Amino acid sequence: MPQLPPSVPLSWYLALSLILFVLGIAGFLFRRNIITVFMSIELMLNAVNLSFITFSYKLKQVDGHIFSFFVMVVAAAEAAVGLAIILTVFKNRQTLEIDELSSLKN
Amino acid sequence: MQLWLIPLLPLAGFAVNGLLGRRLSKTAINAVAAGSVVLSFVWVLKTLSTLGVFGGGNPLEQAYVEHYFTWIQSGTLNIGVDFAIDRLTAVMLMIVTGVGFLIHVYAIGYMAHEGGYYRFFAYLNLFMFFMLTLVLGANFLLLFVGWEGVGLCSYLLIGFYFSEKFATDAGNKAFIVNRIGDFGFSLAVFLIAMHFGSLDFATVFGKVQSMPVESSAGWMTAIALLLFVGATGKSAQIPLYVWLPDAMAGPTPVSALIHAATMVTAGVYMVTRSSAIFLHAHGALEVVAIIGLATAFFAATMGLAQTDIKKVYAYSTVSQLGYMFLGLGTGAFSAGIFHVMTHAFFKALLFLGAGSVIHAMSGEQDLRKMGGLRKYTPITFWTLLCASVAIAGVPPFSGYHSKDAILASAYEYAPWMYWVGVFTAGMTAFYVFRAFFLAFFGEPRWKAAGHGHDDHGHSHGAPHESPPSMWIPLAVLAVLSLVGGYINIPKWLEPMFKLAPEESGIPWTAMVSVAAGVIGIALAAWFYLIAPAIPEGLARTFSTPYRWIYNKYFVDEFYDSLVVNPTVDGSRSLLWRVVDAGGIDGIVNGAGKTARNVGGILKRMQSGSIRSYAAWVVLGSIVVIVAITMAGGAR
Amino acid sequence: MDALLFMIFAAIAVVCGINLVVQTHPISSALSLVGVMGALAALYLLLGGEFIAAAQLVVYAGAIMVLFVFVIMLLNAGTEHKGHRTWAKYAGVPLLLVFLGIIANLIANRLPASENVVFGQFTKGSPLEIGRALFTTYLLPFEVTSVLILIAILGAIVLARKEID
Repeated sequence: MPQLPPSVPLSWYLALSLILFVLGIAGFLFRRNIITVFMSIELMLNAVNLSFITFSYKLKQVDGHIFSFFVMVVAAAEAAVGLAIILTVFKNRQTLEIDELSSLKN
Repeated sequence: MQLWLIPLLPLAGFAVNGLLGRRLSKTAINAVAAGSVVLSFVWVLKTLSTLGVFGGGNPLEQAYVEHYFTWIQSGTLNIGVDFAIDRLTAVMLMIVTGVGFLIHVYAIGYMAHEGGYYRFFAYLNLFMFFMLTLVLGANFLLLFVGWEGVGLCSYLLIGFYFSEKFATDAGNKAFIVNRIGDFGFSLAVFLIAMHFGSLDFATVFGKVQSMPVESSAGWMTAIALLLFVGATGKSAQIPLYVWLPDAMAGPTPVSALIHAATMVTAGVYMVTRSSAIFLHAHGALEVVAIIGLATAFFAATMGLAQTDIKKVYAYSTVSQLGYMFLGLGTGAFSAGIFHVMTHAFFKALLFLGAGSVIHAMSGEQDLRKMGGLRKYTPITFWTLLCASVAIAGVPPFSGYHSKDAILASAYEYAPWMYWVGVFTAGMTAFYVFRAFFLAFFGEPRWKAAGHGHDDHGHSHGAPHESPPSMWIPLAVLAVLSLVGGYINIPKWLEPMFKLAPEESGIPWTAMVSVAAGVIGIALAAWFYLIAPAIPEGLARTFSTPYRWIYNKYFVDEFYDSLVVNPTVDGSRSLLWRVVDAGGIDGIVNGAGKTARNVGGILKRMQSGSIRSYAAWVVLGSIVVIVAITMAGGAR
Repeated sequence: MDALLFMIFAAIAVVCGINLVVQTHPISSALSLVGVMGALAALYLLLGGEFIAAAQLVVYAGAIMVLFVFVIMLLNAGTEHKGHRTWAKYAGVPLLLVFLGIIANLIANRLPASENVVFGQFTKGSPLEIGRALFTTYLLPFEVTSVLILIAILGAIVLARKEID
């Protein structure tokens, strides 16, 4: 087992946040099910939360935590409304394929 | 003294007749139109008598100026609205208002059956306003205002019968040709403002007096020549005379007032007013004399063969205007103005008489179809006889005095000019009496041809005399044509233009010119009274010169091919197709097309696929991050 | 010890994240997301954010993800089929790599690597501190979010109800 440093540098946390964020974008771009796309967005939000907390640690202030708190609130609201929209879309179109929801074309 | 009343009374007449004329009765229109002019005339008399003109002594040694308000104040240039009367203005005022009034009265009778009655008198009054502004103006700008205004009224009145294409064409031609002259005039005004710093007559001419005389080309000569270009346009000299014969398409009172007595003399007046400038630029003065003489000669030759009675008198007008400029060019400014006055009398009378003849002939204007009219229209016959002898220079009538003054001055200047002038005088007498004899003597050629419909819309039966509203002005003008020569204008204008010392007796130059006139009359009598076959024989023998004279030396056709057609074609192919339709429309339409195309390209972005939108979002965020990083991070 | 804990939970998070993107059935993705959130809660704890860690577990993993699972079950979403490709698929990979590269660059250059995270060093994440900040400095946003939640509730109800005939 490689020798681990006694404590973790801050940049590792940010690197993790970056990886999770990129994963979220990948899911957002490449998945076809609309709910999965939505979940990728939630993944992105989480990654950003981690980033906020990390910087809050760095700056020795509580504001990052507050911001993260608000992000969570907004994510909750957004999830509720977004899922309601998906329900409506499903009722009208009977499909969850993102490519078929293209009536805004041209 | 309220000088402003003089032009503004006719302007009020124009306003009333123009705005309300449709609803006024003919009597009311007559009263307003003629009344405004006669009131203006009365006011002129009152003003002049207040200034002491009709008494003894030496009135109006200095100009009397009235300043109303400042029109342009720009830097050092200050142009006010000023009216001024001096001796020259007094002469012009009397002519314009007096003869103008007579012609208004005549027009009441002549236009009695015409449509657009109120419009005619409105335009006529408007013309009087502009002409009086021209004459009364105390600076070049006011003169120019009047200058342009009379050009406008000329256009409106020539094209009065606007449903006839040849009338509207003639109006266009008059205006456009005048415009060319006005361009020269404008350049002259700019140069004057540049060199003298003012446009006021008193200031400019005062400064000119203190300058040396220019013997060769310089800017003073340029100013004088450009002023003269304007005069050639307005006063129908070579090369811009071509509009005047065509202007006969207008009603006869218009021909009499505008194209005989007043507007065309505006050029003569302007040159006389600027005599100080011309006297300091002898080269320009020589040009004036030569062009005047050439015009007099050529126009007289063209008048020899015309068959329309109004065209004969039109060319006669051009020729007489040439005489006036000859007088000015040889230094006899007062003789030129003297001839303006006598010409106003007899030429207006000639035109009005022609109108009376045309009226009697129910609209026929061709001399070949007239004849023997003296039995039917005696008053017209006698008055036209008075005018014809006056213009032929028969003493002691008015034309003799003024024409002789000019010829004497020409002899002093250059004897060859005098001889050409004498020959022209002979031709003048010839063609005037040719018209006279053809119309009033001989067989009634119209009896065989039958009657046509006149432009009044109904035929008259046998020719009859004109109504009193028409023959009374004829009579008044006839008296003036006979005795007007005794109004000694050169003496009156002496403080402004020095006269040569009077010789005793009648100079031999006068006797020669009178002889030329008498020979002309005799020739005309022989050709057209005694042996009518001779003119036809001569025309056949000298067919080529005759053809050239008859077709006015093809000058109009020459101008067409030289100027008009290239301009029209150039405009059509270059300016219209290339610049306007291609360039300007291309830019405007092109902007629209470009917007459409760009929109078409951007349209592809709206694919409706959410995933491509997502990709755009990522791309956009990358761009923003890079941009902020480049800019040094968000602070 | 801190480093070990970090590595474990970071590994869990990454693996669950990859799982989320790779799985075909939505319910698997949902459960992976729950895993990610749990791991992240532990990481928040390491960073001294006690309140946020608890909130993450209670609100995010406990409520929002449950909602997601409900909806997936409700809609009976099945596995995905292979679909036609849009240009996003082809442009997506390069874009992602570019993004990754840029941010990694930023992190490497802009941040001092000397700062280390020691558990227990950050004390301002306690509920006391957060409460104090929320009710003084951030009072207005706090109240506004309550309105926001109200609007979201109303919106969700309106959108998702059955048509009343």
